[in-house]
Amino acid sequence: MLERPKRKNPVLRTRLPTLPPAARSRVALGLTAAAALGRFELQQCKDCGAVQYPPREACHSCLSTKLIWQNQSGTGELVAATVLHHSNDLFFRERLPWRLGYVKLDSGPMVVVHLHHLIKSSPAKVTVRAMLDRAGQAVLVARPEKETPNMADDRQLREFTCDPKFRKIFVTDGKTNLGQALVRSFVNAGADLIWVGHSEPWKKFAGFDELQKVSQVTLLPLDLTDSKNVREVAAEIGGKVDIVVNNAECHRAFGIGNRLGVETARAEMDVNYFGLLRLAQELGPAMRSRGADGQSSAVAWVNILSIYAHANFPPHGTFSASKAAAHSLAQCLRAEMRPAGVRVVNVFPGPVDDEWNQLLPPPKLAPAALAAAVVKALQDGVEDVYPGDVAQEWLARWRDNPKALERELSA
Amino acid sequence: MNALLNFTKSLTAGKIRVIDLTHTLSPEFPHISLPPEMGQAWPFRIEEVSHYDERGPAWYWNNFSCGEHTGTHFDAPVHWVSGKDLPNNAVDSIPPENFIGPACVIDCSEEAAKNPDFLLNKKHLLNFEKRYGRIPPRAWVLMRTDWSKRADDPIAYQNYDETGQHTPGPDTDAVKFLVEERDILGFGTESIGTDAGQAYHLRPPYPCHYFMHGAGRYGLQCLTNLDRLPATGAVVIAAPLKIRNGSGSPLRVLALMEIS
Amino acid sequence: MTRKSYEGVAVAVPVTVPYVRYSIRAAHWWLAKALGELIKESNLKKDDIDGLSVSSFTLAPDTAVGLTQHLGLSPRWLDHVPYGGASGVVALRRAARAVQAGDAEVVACVAGDTNHVDSFRLTLANFSQFARDAVYPYGAGGPNASFAFLTAYYMRAYGATREDFGKLCVAQRANALNYPQALFKKPLTMDEYLAARPIADPLHLFDCVMPCAGAEAFLVLSEARAIHLKIPFVKVLGTIERHNAFPADPVQMRAGWALDKDDLYAQAGVGPEDMDFVQTYDDYPVISLMQLEDLGFCGKGEGPAFVRRHSFTHDGSFPLNTSGGQLSVGQAGAAGGYLGMVEAIRQLTGQAASRQVEDAKRGVASGFGMINYDRGIASGAAILGC
Repeated sequence: MLERPKRKNPVLRTRLPTLPPAARSRVALGLTAAAALGRFELQQCKDCGAVQYPPREACHSCLSTKLIWQNQSGTGELVAATVLHHSNDLFFRERLPWRLGYVKLDSGPMVVVHLHHLIKSSPAKVTVRAMLDRAGQAVLVARPEKETPNMADDRQLREFTCDPKFRKIFVTDGKTNLGQALVRSFVNAGADLIWVGHSEPWKKFAGFDELQKVSQVTLLPLDLTDSKNVREVAAEIGGKVDIVVNNAECHRAFGIGNRLGVETARAEMDVNYFGLLRLAQELGPAMRSRGADGQSSAVAWVNILSIYAHANFPPHGTFSASKAAAHSLAQCLRAEMRPAGVRVVNVFPGPVDDEWNQLLPPPKLAPAALAAAVVKALQDGVEDVYPGDVAQEWLARWRDNPKALERELSA
Repeated sequence: MNALLNFTKSLTAGKIRVIDLTHTLSPEFPHISLPPEMGQAWPFRIEEVSHYDERGPAWYWNNFSCGEHTGTHFDAPVHWVSGKDLPNNAVDSIPPENFIGPACVIDCSEEAAKNPDFLLNKKHLLNFEKRYGRIPPRAWVLMRTDWSKRADDPIAYQNYDETGQHTPGPDTDAVKFLVEERDILGFGTESIGTDAGQAYHLRPPYPCHYFMHGAGRYGLQCLTNLDRLPATGAVVIAAPLKIRNGSGSPLRVLALMEIS
Repeated sequence: MTRKSYEGVAVAVPVTVPYVRYSIRAAHWWLAKALGELIKESNLKKDDIDGLSVSSFTLAPDTAVGLTQHLGLSPRWLDHVPYGGASGVVALRRAARAVQAGDAEVVACVAGDTNHVDSFRLTLANFSQFARDAVYPYGAGGPNASFAFLTAYYMRAYGATREDFGKLCVAQRANALNYPQALFKKPLTMDEYLAARPIADPLHLFDCVMPCAGAEAFLVLSEARAIHLKIPFVKVLGTIERHNAFPADPVQMRAGWALDKDDLYAQAGVGPEDMDFVQTYDDYPVISLMQLEDLGFCGKGEGPAFVRRHSFTHDGSFPLNTSGGQLSVGQAGAAGGYLGMVEAIRQLTGQAASRQVEDAKRGVASGFGMINYDRGIASGAAILGC
């Protein structure tokens, strides 16, 4: 079980971040695409059904080029294990010894895997998952067949996840139900400290007193539209934040024609897009410098976006546009954070059950469910999160036919 | 000409003191809050353009943005629906001589300290006149509440609770008295709004805005240093930015007072 | 259909360019040295070389084609054999057929690689698409990890112990002490072997080859030409080559030799019992055991017992890797795939000096290479005789 890390000696040098090998063939990125969503998919031949690994261009059995990425159960048997005491790569050299396994998947292929410490020896039944490593690329990880408490504490597994346990969290908006649900979820997940931003501090919000009572919580006046304020907050806490959850947003239910002028749209952009930009400019460098700061290093940057970032919902048209802009910027942030191994997690919820979605019919995502999905995504090491059935359905519709979704949303 | 030359001589000789009635514009200075579904005034925001760096090697400058009603600011008659059709009702068309006038400072600081919802009424004004003489025409009437001393604490300055904002201001009769019977230039306060925080519940709502602007008079808000002014005898200079058809503007408000 | 013999083909002039741990030279330097030695030792002129076979990992971005211009050669027959540990066998059998068919008269077979301080890591990182996608991101241990799995599985399946592998390593070190070019010059004891630091369990330091720079070469030409040149030569009695054998085996416990050994011995007209020595491809000792089994020296899984029964020095009961093998000489990239072949030629032409196997008439050199993903893909073997 993971021990609470000792307090950091602030005068010692902080190790610079390194990354595991990131180069992949284009076809192998199919594994990454699925792992980013928390799925383990391998290519399966449409003609003969053979499951393929490593990823390839043609079926090893019948030469068909119709290879379709299919979800895998991941069950299999560990046939051999090793512990590396030597590596040619800086990332692993710094983390030796390192356990590896060689697994025969029940679906056929042999796979080389990172091996959980609770799997003591071969042969053993294991479950293989695809996870993103610190370079943001998919790798296969074998875990014990049965879940046990504190399984996530595995030293190697923690290199693939962004587990909040013993980590310091920064939630940018504590005024909303979502912000407060996030705080509760992080407390339950074992977070060490939680800074919680709140804008316009003179407007006391529902839940303020309860937040103040949480021993892990420190409230900070924070307005993402104020560059100076963001800079000062980043200066104050930036050197310690391990996980940022940017849930601050401005959401008004307008399109183009039913709102005069650009003020409302601009306010949405100022928080949802420029707010992210300000936060990224001020907090990003400090987090990048702590990508390998021991057991509880800086690991993740979570953006609460919207499913409308993928396709505009005209009744909330300007909000959708601001989230699309934020999504694009988050991809830039992801590229800039990757060299430090800090994962940018984008969350694409469907309509959340809050005041700005008042007129939308159910189902709507409960703030607590969204908060739980954020924490689970961090624990599972997922990069793109579509929480709940609604978002999953939206995702399926969007992937199936983006044009059809555009028409459906504008109906 | 002698009057102006004498004025500058007195200024140089220190016989006239200039008091700055303006708060510093900064992002953290409290700004007006409306229900979130309504249009919102921008708070003051400032972004660096360059700072002797690669963005501009030898110079430092900023871009700032804000609403017309930000910080210490001026309200023109066109700001309110009651003044929308008046002539010369916007900051660019107001005759510039109207920006200068004698100040009458009504000290309500004790009352406001006891009651944040304090309303200045006609009786208070008559008591003031009894003591300091009749309020002259074309005067700036400034309501001193010492509310500006709360400006470092946005929560105390805004003074919200579950029923909204609680700040002092004038009641309907006081406003009508000043406009109709004393012909003042305008009314100034230390809090956000020339009306009281709870003025939504007065009849009509926001009477100072309604009657003052409806009569073509002006408002000054978020003033400071009123406690350094005499009850009468000071002159206020309050010239807003010349924004075409502007409803108001942040401005530098100066008071001049003679040292006896 | 019976396979045509290699009658009339001679293999001669075993050349080794002395190995170094690290070199600042390019692969071209090493290959040029090897070619120069071939010419010098054979009394041929450079222009007499009308066939060239090249094996090298570090020649990139060049191939054998570029090398001809680099070295000023105008061959009429050219081969590039990027087969790693199987390069020697593959180069030999192709060159032999070219000579036999008259497509070339004298084929220079050269293999060599340089080794800069960072060469090995770069070679590993980009070894193959499968390795880059599915092996290197897993600890970047290179073939160590793959052979660790294989060794662990072999130990579990067939009861091999570390001492069994150690016995081969210790014997090969003894052989290497009689081979001046070996980079390892100190004796190895079983205690030292067992006490070595772990690399990838169950592999320890002396189970793993050491990358280095070097080159190996030999000539393939007609017997008539060899006799005319008055150079000692050996004959090719039989060869096999196989790629991606037994792909359905979950763990590689056998390779192409198991599929083709009958063909090999039938072509040669001899059996395993007729071999005077064996040169296996030995980047890790477990793969030597696998070759001994697959080439019929003992049954599958009987490797451990076989090891316990024999001694493997040049003067022992089963001379194996008589120059010390890669484990004691060093692995000079693709030249590692030539090491056994060149040593076999030396043994059969009586040029093995103090490690000469007495009365050596026939021997087998086998090759194994290209850990493309989880196993060696290429395998082959050749029986040479005099």
